[in-house]
Amino acid sequence: MTLETGPGAADHGPLKTTPLDALHKALGARMVPFAGWSMPVQYPAGVLAEHLHCRAGASAALFDVSHMGQASLHGSGAAAALEALVPGDIQGLKTGRQRYTVLTNAGGGIIDDLMVATLAPDRLFLVVNASRRDIDLPHIAAHLPAGVTLERHDDRALLALQGPGAAAVMARLGPAAAAFPFMGFGPVAIGGIDCLASRSGYTGEDGFEISVPAVQAEALARLLLDQPEVKPAGLGARDSLRLEAGLCLYGNDIDEGTTPVEAGLGWVIGPRRRTDWAFPGGSIIRDQIEHGSPRVRVGIRPDGRAPARAGTTILGEDGSPAGTVTSGGFAPSLNAPVAMGYVRRDLAALGTALQLQVRGRALPARVVPLPFVPHRYLR
Amino acid sequence: MSETRFTKDHEWVRLDGGIVTIGITEHAQEALGDVVFVELPEPGREVAEGEACAVVESVKAASDVYAPLTGRVVETNQAIVDDPALVNRAATGEGWFFRLEPSDPAAFAALLDEAAYEALLESE
Repeated sequence: MTLETGPGAADHGPLKTTPLDALHKALGARMVPFAGWSMPVQYPAGVLAEHLHCRAGASAALFDVSHMGQASLHGSGAAAALEALVPGDIQGLKTGRQRYTVLTNAGGGIIDDLMVATLAPDRLFLVVNASRRDIDLPHIAAHLPAGVTLERHDDRALLALQGPGAAAVMARLGPAAAAFPFMGFGPVAIGGIDCLASRSGYTGEDGFEISVPAVQAEALARLLLDQPEVKPAGLGARDSLRLEAGLCLYGNDIDEGTTPVEAGLGWVIGPRRRTDWAFPGGSIIRDQIEHGSPRVRVGIRPDGRAPARAGTTILGEDGSPAGTVTSGGFAPSLNAPVAMGYVRRDLAALGTALQLQVRGRALPARVVPLPFVPHRYLR
Repeated sequence: MSETRFTKDHEWVRLDGGIVTIGITEHAQEALGDVVFVELPEPGREVAEGEACAVVESVKAASDVYAPLTGRVVETNQAIVDDPALVNRAATGEGWFFRLEPSDPAAFAALLDEAAYEALLESE
């Protein structure tokens, strides 16, 4: 059999390590290259157990996502400056609130998806993808007016505590964060360590993302792992959790050739932004909202048990080309394969029969609603 | 008395009474992680040495399993189709994949012996 050593295994050059590298190794993680970083893909429990732990009863999973890029925008014009680059309503984002948005290019394509939080009226806090941090941050910096500055926080780690038990853990260690509403954000002490936390994540579960100075990251991670609810989880489980939650992975489901409308992310365009469309690619995105895009991202359930991986060709029931799978695999919570992909608009309706070209055979599948597993965010 | 040999593709091959049984090694199942799907060849299929004839998938990825020898598939293990995790629990036993009747049984001797396979693992 062929043994793949993991995503990005062909990457060369020295890998960057997160502040939790020693802890991962002490916990027995299997480390793999990912976007230039050495990251834990799984711990000894394995991807299935880590995934199910994150969704189970009163438990929570702890992920190291320190490879993601953190930065701040300073200055009274920071929100207006960022709005010139994203379709989201940033000026309307209140202090203590976070919002998901996308950086767009002139063609309406997605340069990256990111989280933006308002720390103060003149300070925004950003979290961008690891694979895009060295593209996004120079791009943002190059478009700032006088008086607005970008500060990179390469000296901070990022932990994600996710699962139904996350709130109970936080109530014990950082009660101020436990009181956050969904997408709340702010400074909070967790076990006596000063952090910036948000009530968000990328698993579909309730939870927190915690930014912490690198030098205190291991102490915080150990404190969280000492809690009875918490077990470590790696990138493998993070990927299967976000797929079940129907969330896009940059580079797979969205990229510079994909618009927010095609990706089903039209909701990121704030009502006020739909009056002037004053963001890169605005006229193209407006046209797609008004007239539809030629292809759209859909959820797909294969009828059988064979997973259809990214890159799988999608055919219509009549055998005509329909599109391509962009994320696909096995959904541990459903004990079944699931996939997301782009299909022709006329084949995007729920229940539409499709075929997936897997190893030379056309396997029957159906268009199904996203997410595959209901979100359980705090509401 | 059965004898077990190995391939560079991390499969074990056990010869017993002119029939070989094929599975993946302990090293392979560990590297794969949780197996969630297995596809096996149809009994009766003629396969050539090195031909991809089964698939094993973990949560993360799909891998081909190759025929270690040329021959005819005589039996497959439905138990791992019904319970793919059996491959992780018993890779070298109940988690076998398929059985072949080799067209040239002498070719078995050309496969890696245990010492050679261990040396291969060391070198990887």
